[in-house]
Amino acid sequence: MAGNTVTRAQLSEAVYQEVGLSRNESADLVESVLGHIVESLSKGDSVKISSFGSFHVRSKGGRIGRNPKTGEEVPIQPRKVLIFRASHVLKERINAALTSIRAVKPQS
Amino acid sequence: MIKSELIARLAEKNPHLYQRDIERIVGCIFDEITAALARGDRVELRGFGAFSVKERPARTGRNPRTGDAVSVAQKFVPFFKTGKELRESLNGGAHPDDDHEDEHEA
Repeated sequence: MAGNTVTRAQLSEAVYQEVGLSRNESADLVESVLGHIVESLSKGDSVKISSFGSFHVRSKGGRIGRNPKTGEEVPIQPRKVLIFRASHVLKERINAALTSIRAVKPQS
Repeated sequence: MIKSELIARLAEKNPHLYQRDIERIVGCIFDEITAALARGDRVELRGFGAFSVKERPARTGRNPRTGDAVSVAQKFVPFFKTGKELRESLNGGAHPDDDHEDEHEA
């Protein structure tokens, strides 16, 4: 849905506006926030950010998959996947904002 | 790890910053992501993943106990797709040959 994409650049800009740090340092801090999250998750730990959501690592067992195009059987190795569960606060904010916008302009 | 632990770790690595400022920075990052999603925008953080909002159209549901039809309003749900690098580091950095679904993603 909808148009714009927010990237690291906008997050750094927001940090830059918020605190009196240089643009470079703001960018570094955004990077280290993500880095610490990745590090925790890589160790298998969950990450919970209150009023935003939580990230959990789930182990999936191996299974025999099938290439849907060729029908060929392919073994799928056991692996870990990341699950993001949005907090109620985040869900409510999104619904409150988008439900009213979409009511005015129906399709995006 | 919870938000306060994240802040503590950042504070340890950045002794020149006030803890109060680190709290604001962390809050600001997640607020910015929230605000983007609330506008219906997508947040793409390469190597980490992408947040987006998916629309669930209005539908007629049923009360499983009574079988009564109930109308369920349209709603929007936040969605996160793990980025390639993060997915690989969850699996020990190796490249598990599990999926070939997307060559172009966050």
